Amino acid sequence: MPFGNSHNQLKMKYSSEQEYPDLSKHNNHMAKVLTPALYEKLRSKQTPSGFTLDDVIQTGIDNPGHPFIMTVGCVAGDEETYEVFKELLDPVIQDRHGGYKPTDKHKTDLNPNNLKGGDDLDANYVLSSRVRTGRSIRGLGLPPHCSRGERRAVEKLSVEALGALTGDLKGKYYALKNMTEAEQQQLIDDHFLFDKPVSPLLLASGMARDWPDARGIWHNDNKTFLVWVNEEDHLRVISMQKGGNMKEVFNRFCTGLSKIEELFKNKGQEFMWNEHLGYVLTCPSNLGTGLRAGVHVKLPNLSKYRQFEEILKRLRLQKRGTGGVDTAAVGGIFDISNADRLGFSEVELVQMLVDGLKLLIEMEKRLEKGQAIEDLMPAQK
Amino acid sequence: MPFGNTHNNFKLNYSVEDEFPDLTKHNNHMAKVLTQEMYAKLRDKQTPTGFTVDDVIQTGVDNPGHPFIMTVGCVAGDEESYEVFKDLLDPVISDRHGGYKATDKHKTDLNFENLKGGDDLDPNYVLSSRVRTGRSIKGYALPPHNSRGERRAVEKLSVEALNSLDGEFKGKYYPLKSMTDAEQEQLIADHFLFDKPVSPLLLGAGMARDWPDARGIWHNENKTFLVWVNEEDHLRVISMQKGGNMKEVFKRFCVGLQRIEEIFKKHNHGFMWNQHLGFILTCPSNLGTGLRGGVHVKLPKLSTHAKFEEILNRLRLQKRGTGGVDTASVGGVFDISNADRIGSSEVDQVQCVVDGVKLMVEMEKKLEKGESIDSMIPAQK
Repeated sequence: MPFGNSHNQLKMKYSSEQEYPDLSKHNNHMAKVLTPALYEKLRSKQTPSGFTLDDVIQTGIDNPGHPFIMTVGCVAGDEETYEVFKELLDPVIQDRHGGYKPTDKHKTDLNPNNLKGGDDLDANYVLSSRVRTGRSIRGLGLPPHCSRGERRAVEKLSVEALGALTGDLKGKYYALKNMTEAEQQQLIDDHFLFDKPVSPLLLASGMARDWPDARGIWHNDNKTFLVWVNEEDHLRVISMQKGGNMKEVFNRFCTGLSKIEELFKNKGQEFMWNEHLGYVLTCPSNLGTGLRAGVHVKLPNLSKYRQFEEILKRLRLQKRGTGGVDTAAVGGIFDISNADRLGFSEVELVQMLVDGLKLLIEMEKRLEKGQAIEDLMPAQK
Repeated sequence: MPFGNTHNNFKLNYSVEDEFPDLTKHNNHMAKVLTQEMYAKLRDKQTPTGFTVDDVIQTGVDNPGHPFIMTVGCVAGDEESYEVFKDLLDPVISDRHGGYKATDKHKTDLNFENLKGGDDLDPNYVLSSRVRTGRSIKGYALPPHNSRGERRAVEKLSVEALNSLDGEFKGKYYPLKSMTDAEQEQLIADHFLFDKPVSPLLLGAGMARDWPDARGIWHNENKTFLVWVNEEDHLRVISMQKGGNMKEVFKRFCVGLQRIEEIFKKHNHGFMWNQHLGFILTCPSNLGTGLRGGVHVKLPKLSTHAKFEEILNRLRLQKRGTGGVDTASVGGVFDISNADRIGSSEVDQVQCVVDGVKLMVEMEKKLEKGESIDSMIPAQK
């Protein structure tokens, strides 16, 4: 006996104008797209699991945004959200992902052999390399909407699958709610531990409900392959190591992901994926590959060069501080990663990073010697 | 509808055990009462507006509590919550309100003439006096659950009602979202301004959604009568002034409340009230009178006396710091108010404050002179 739409039916007694949110001070992708007419059209709809338009947009209403940072302002509660609310989400996706059209097809390529080079980034400059992505298990609600039962099912399935990994991927699961003090300290020292979200962007979408129930961290014995369970997505998969051997990191990433996917398939489960959106994740910004491949790299001279931002833009890269998104760079060390997620394959994105970094390091070396770098300026990729 | 989970249509596909929250580390009233059996019984129910047991308890699941402070851990989304989920809420109410039974009747008395004394508390000790309560408007869902349309309707109706007041009650409404900087400064200086809740207890219940839409502050020109619209309840009504004339404060409180209620009744939207629970409010801790009558009073000596807590207990009073709940006292100045909310009337509760504070000021004076107060220790009220 489902709950029906009764909470929504009550709202329908009010006119669309009375229910339409005040977005006049807002600056996020949702606010730019959601007109009163669009709200009126979508407000009576829901996905099969009951996710409504107001659920999709609540985080964007409660977080008006920043004059300089364009947040997405909406989330999916299940796979069908992207279909039922396509009239809102397609334009949001288009704005966020450089003009990606509703008719475009996304290519998935997780064959690490297709990556050229990437094993020789200068370790004097590149301190560490990392690739992450997310995966959603088909048939289960996403973090903004899942019930405790669904979330625990995600955990159970994931732990079973991860428990079957062997060789250099063999590892152990640490449930957040049973962690000992010693385990917690170790995970913090390894930079593996994730905490209850504090960002109002995440909290407002409901993904921190029931914390820390069914959340946990799995990693291999070598500490080079790590999986977060039930944080912002069902699964976040991370491959990382010190130094600049991105090829090795990407190899492990692809191998590990394929093995995990196989294990899920053996149990009759699969990841949410379609031809148009690629891998389906909670935040529209992570669709496609869901992939962020990046390095911590020393660029003290280049980062002060007046065209630094322009160079990154042309290389389709972005910079962050070494604490991750929204942190500042420390000691001239930057986190440099791919800017795109959708419309390019995994191999293509990592290739852009590898090629781009090679160039950035060359430029840094020239500037160290007081030489010009104008001739090295790249064209827009 | 705090978050999407509330109306998740698939959660009933999971067993009770899979859906029952982990409350093993919890210490709040909800966690003490909610057994798996009770959850099984209530989990497929909803109020006419669609509020479910998961909605009721989410704040208590997400805020395990404190070893020393017993929070309530549940909220109502509408008037019917207290009926549909009585199996959970009746025991919570009983625990929180000193054994108040499911069959008990609550008495409402807002006749200020029934208060004896209260006009002569020594202003050398009593710095200020204040009475507050909450009111919910029948026919609208409560802050954890209401839609924007409903919240705006509450605001519209409230502002109409308040703007029709005259005499000492004539005043003005300041909506949060269109306040000027100057108005904001003034309201802060007057200690009138309320901000977006930061307490995870409130945020976890969903009452900060769409902030600051349809929230505002109304006060009379004399700045002695103040109404908060759409904060933790539909309305919070406050009467306050410097000094110790609690009688005057209470008179203004009663007269103002009755005038407001008359106007709402004319619009066929009276206040939520019933014989058993008195005035219905969002938090079960505020049922009955919803009244907190208190003073800021200097008790530097009495507060360090060995029996201070016991005296307060017997007088049915509680202490807080002058910043309000959960703050520390500064300079020996305490906020002393009634501890009870349900099972005694407004007049009864303010009488306790008046009589109790009178006694405590006398005790303070004795202690100043180095005299004993043992003969003055009161019996349990």
